[in-house]
Amino acid sequence: MPEADAPKIGREEVAHLARLARLALDDSELDLLAGQLDVILRAVAQISEVTDAADVPPTSHAVPLENVTRPDVVVPSLPRDQVLAGAPAAENGRFRVPQILTDEA
Amino acid sequence: MTDLTRLTAVETREAITSGQASAVEVAQAHLDRIAAVDDRVHAFLHVDADGALAQAKRVDAGEITGPLAGVPLALKDVMTMEGIPTTCGSRILEGWRPPYDATVTARLKAAGVVILGKTNMDEFAMGSSTEHSAYGPTRNPWDLDRIPGGSGGGSSAALASYQAPLAIGTDTGGSIRQPASVTGTVGVKPTYGGVSRYGLVAFSSSLDQAGPCARTVLDAALLHEVIAGHDPRDSTSIDAPVPPVVDAARLRDVTGLRIGVVKELQGDGYEAGVTARFEEAVETLRGLGATVSEVSCPHFDYALPAYYLIAPSEASSNLARFDAVRYGLRVGDDGVASLEEVMAKTRAVGFGAEVKRRIILGTYALSSGYYDAYYGQAQKVRTLITRDFQAAWSQVDVLVAPTCPTVAFPLGAKLEDPLAMYKQDICSIPANLYGGPAASFPAGLSDGLPVGLQVMAPTLREDLLYQVGGALEAALPAQAPTLSWES
Repeated sequence: MPEADAPKIGREEVAHLARLARLALDDSELDLLAGQLDVILRAVAQISEVTDAADVPPTSHAVPLENVTRPDVVVPSLPRDQVLAGAPAAENGRFRVPQILTDEA
Repeated sequence: MTDLTRLTAVETREAITSGQASAVEVAQAHLDRIAAVDDRVHAFLHVDADGALAQAKRVDAGEITGPLAGVPLALKDVMTMEGIPTTCGSRILEGWRPPYDATVTARLKAAGVVILGKTNMDEFAMGSSTEHSAYGPTRNPWDLDRIPGGSGGGSSAALASYQAPLAIGTDTGGSIRQPASVTGTVGVKPTYGGVSRYGLVAFSSSLDQAGPCARTVLDAALLHEVIAGHDPRDSTSIDAPVPPVVDAARLRDVTGLRIGVVKELQGDGYEAGVTARFEEAVETLRGLGATVSEVSCPHFDYALPAYYLIAPSEASSNLARFDAVRYGLRVGDDGVASLEEVMAKTRAVGFGAEVKRRIILGTYALSSGYYDAYYGQAQKVRTLITRDFQAAWSQVDVLVAPTCPTVAFPLGAKLEDPLAMYKQDICSIPANLYGGPAASFPAGLSDGLPVGLQVMAPTLREDLLYQVGGALEAALPAQAPTLSWES
């Protein structure tokens, strides 16, 4: 865990996280979030009181289940036109996306 | 003629089978009720009058029978319904009409339940007040200036204002139980895996669980039986029989049942009126023949911080699917902007403040260098909480606590303080992290506002919840909102 009294998160780090999460946040949102996340992270950091000392295995899921598989049989999927009907843009039976490759690429 | 909107689900079905009212008349009465009051309550985001009446006609034609055939229901807007708008309270899904039914939706339709429409919620089920809906807040029928709970405030408010006798909620950290508590209704979070998540738009996949909401314990049990059970389309669905919830709800007897009061879920931070009603309800159960003892669950104090690492982490991953490509909103696609820029703009416009907060928090907790300190540690807390529950089951049959430390608070009171809002979930989260079933039942009023008693039980022992709830309901005086704002 980082030092207890230093801010756990600053504006620059929030901006970096926002880029990773594909969220175009404006300056006021970055300022607000940095302050709020610092408060929240300080509060949640208390879990280290109980987990640091003890050798406790993690739990990822409430109900332990073995691998669940279905028979390897082809079944009908949703019709393509129904799936594309909810998309913001479709073309030639496919999702249409904004440009992925730029001139430099 | 009786007001059809005041009937329980059981009474509604009796009215239909005895010929007192047709299913179409029942549906129309509720549609009229929605038209009369929902401009003030705002429980519904979408009303499907045509679909409801068509389903009611099928019931009247005898095409569908069963204990809930012809009974109206309000469906939380996080559950897909073919052809019907499903927004999850978010702008990013505005106008999206899913091409398929959730398993819960399909089972409701097959049982003849009349789905009236989709109910308001905190965006993607993140919140405890329904104020984080992109479409405006829902109001508590007990006091329109107060919150109806969240995230399922639309469902709880629809029940309490007699717009529907049944509703579906989903509970990731308390989103069925806290709304039930603050509206004086019944809400049950089944065992994780007890009800299929297929078609439930994911928030935190290891915690999300759909469940029944109603005004009476027996109505909730009947709805539980319809929606629960194994579904091959959800790989986390439990392949085991549904517990005997309806029989348990009818038992109305807790003689010899061992009830444990959770030591850590009381004291400072709990409103005096909540504590008073809770203690009286426990005394009532003792008077009915249950044995009561105090049980310590020392790690419950760490449930809230662990949850606010696990749930945002899973949410940041789940909500990556809203990419401006496959469904919903797309902003800034001007032919020049890159895919990444369009994604980032769309998500900035489409998501509200709380969702952004949790995505950033989760992205942080999962990032390399912090993963072990945050997400990894939180998963260890989950183990410790599960051990607390297992230790408790060696002493008692069920655990009880207040559902929520407060009664319904005024709209806006916690909107600027995320941490204060999160603390609404302090009593409900342990059961989500453990995975066992838990419910909120009405336990009287504090200054005219409802208080809820929470019951928690071992995995797949939902019947114990209904047994306690049924006994308590029979012993306590009936309570109903005055709805003074109607006149």
